[in-house]
Amino acid sequence: MEQEANCKACETLGTPEQEAKLRAVIEESKATPGCLMHILQEAQGIYGYLPRKVQETIAEGLGISLSEVYGVVTFYSQFSLTPKGKNRISVCLGTACYVKGSDKILEEVEKQLGIKCGECTEDGLFSIDSCRCVGACGLAPVMMVGDEVYGKLKPDMIKGILDAHREESK
Amino acid sequence: MVNLKINNIPVSVPEGTTILEAARIAHIEIPTLCYLKDVACVGSCRMCLVEATGARGLVAACVYPVSEGMEVKTNTEKCRKSRKLSLELLLSKHKKECLACERAGNCELQRLSTEYGCDPNFFTGEELNHPLDESAPYVVRDRDKCINCNRCVAACKKQSVGAIGPIGRGYGVHVGSAFEMSLMESVCVGCGQCIVACPVGALKERTTVDEVWDAIGDPAKKVVFFTAPSVRATLGEAFGLPVGTNVEGKMVAAIRRLGNVEVYNMDITADLTILEEANELIARIQNGGTMPMFTSCCPGWVKFVEQKYPEFIPNLSTCKSPQEMFGGLLKTYYCEKNGIDPKDLFVVSVIPCTAKKYECHRPEMNGEVNAAITTRELARMIKTAGITFNTLPDEQFDDPFATCSGGGTIFGATGGVMEAALRVAAKTLDGTFEVVDFPEVRGTTPIKEATYNVAGHEIRVAVASGLGNAAEILEGIKNGTRHYDFVEIMACPGGCVNGGGQPTLPDSYRNTLELKSLRAEALYASDRENTIRRSSESPVIETIYNEYFGTPNSEKAHEVLHTHYHEDKRI
Repeated sequence: MEQEANCKACETLGTPEQEAKLRAVIEESKATPGCLMHILQEAQGIYGYLPRKVQETIAEGLGISLSEVYGVVTFYSQFSLTPKGKNRISVCLGTACYVKGSDKILEEVEKQLGIKCGECTEDGLFSIDSCRCVGACGLAPVMMVGDEVYGKLKPDMIKGILDAHREESK
Repeated sequence: MVNLKINNIPVSVPEGTTILEAARIAHIEIPTLCYLKDVACVGSCRMCLVEATGARGLVAACVYPVSEGMEVKTNTEKCRKSRKLSLELLLSKHKKECLACERAGNCELQRLSTEYGCDPNFFTGEELNHPLDESAPYVVRDRDKCINCNRCVAACKKQSVGAIGPIGRGYGVHVGSAFEMSLMESVCVGCGQCIVACPVGALKERTTVDEVWDAIGDPAKKVVFFTAPSVRATLGEAFGLPVGTNVEGKMVAAIRRLGNVEVYNMDITADLTILEEANELIARIQNGGTMPMFTSCCPGWVKFVEQKYPEFIPNLSTCKSPQEMFGGLLKTYYCEKNGIDPKDLFVVSVIPCTAKKYECHRPEMNGEVNAAITTRELARMIKTAGITFNTLPDEQFDDPFATCSGGGTIFGATGGVMEAALRVAAKTLDGTFEVVDFPEVRGTTPIKEATYNVAGHEIRVAVASGLGNAAEILEGIKNGTRHYDFVEIMACPGGCVNGGGQPTLPDSYRNTLELKSLRAEALYASDRENTIRRSSESPVIETIYNEYFGTPNSEKAHEVLHTHYHEDKRI
């Protein structure tokens, strides 16, 4: 369902509520110099990511080019061009986790879900991203699913964690 | 004034001057790649790093302001090493096709690499193999030659087009259109200002030189060339002549030596445009048509209106550009008069412009111009043909399209179309009006305004060059702060003399010379020397109307010389 709504958002501006919120954010911020970052953050909060139509609306609203908006979106890792899953997985590839083999963890997550880092499963349940340090280096290697932190991971633990979240989301 | 020393040479400059500008006074050129006067100044390429007292580490001279008592060193070992390192890093991922690159010999990266004795393979970078963006009929982009200086991005933003920008971050950063659209899908209008801003060969026109050679070699084809007004003012630069040299006679002689071709003067259809446009303006004034009327001779500007301001399409004059008027004229009047099948006539226009390459492909134009080549492409053809340009005698354009008015010639500079139109419109409205000089609309000021009183009519005019300035005018009209009757717009800053198809000049010229006005002066000098100043008084124009069109804006004239536009809203 969420996936469907997200796909619609590529063509339209999502639900009437989402569109109204976006337009309100643009309207109240556009007079402030340097407001683009703020609007993009708010928009990502509304849609979960930044589809093209949303970026076009922001560009038009601010009277700047789409390439300028897109440049900022692609510069900052906090912004996403693709929809995110109900369960957002973030595998830490920071130094401590990396030396403890978090690349193998990421590989296993990708294998289990059949998608690559940065993508979202077709059922919209999971998306994978990598991050740099969540501040739990003592537990390395670490990954987060939503707000939950999983530490001291081994590849054979991944299936169980994913199954639990799948069950929870039913 | 601020006093400082650069390499021990005392210099006194106004406050706010950058080290780069101050160094020129001391006869020192600090190397730059990302800096371009009037276009880009961000200090990102690190080529202009110098030592300055009071600064920590090296500073970027292009953005660092001078201060009292400052001592600057531009040529220390530290500076040289730093620049060489930056260059070698750029070279590590640069597609080194330098043997046959379009910009070989004229490439700023190549020049600096040679000057600093760089080893092009000192660092082994990632082997890049991105496909060329050949989507557009006017420009080709090669991402693997790009050095991310962003001069093209700055030029495009200054045009208020914004078709390209930096994408991504870190090692993966590259220049492209939003969502990796091709140029043809993007908001690009084809002005080509990115090409003349590019220091390397990452951007060039989509060449049609081979098609022209094929036609010249085809015995079944009759090939005719015509050259736009501004080409004569810039072509010499490609042969080392000083900026602003009018090479009309040598240009004609050179084209004639490319093969069995006729060489015509596009200033003729500039004159024709003026007759049609001035009469259209008068008709709009008298019949309450959509006002203000905008000129339509610049296809980059027309595309800009269609894509970004379609609400102003009714304001565009319906006149075709001089290029397309010539195409139409040759494929109808000329073919009929000489008993030539239009299919056997191959029409080549030589233009200062890349948008005119796109214009030939517009379906409304019926392919009347077979190939449009830029000043740069013509220069290349002349060199390939082994013609020693600088020693050629001066020759005249071929009849029947040789003699033009001065009004037709100044079309190549910002304000020229307006002035030529005013000469004719004023005389038409008031037969006793003899003034032919309208200095108010000349010069490179971004937006020029004037009001003229002719035969009881008050005519408010505006002239803008550079699409950023055009956008300012359109916004002003929209919000009711600007009021005009007639507006001339040229997409490129300074007009066609500074078009995207003109010879690419190195930084050392672009950053120090007033290119736009030097080139324009060549056209204004030619106008002053012409005994015919008003387009309506050209004998060629008189013949064309007598033999074919009857009167300006006649039905036949509308059929051949006018066109229409389409909304193509893009974000």
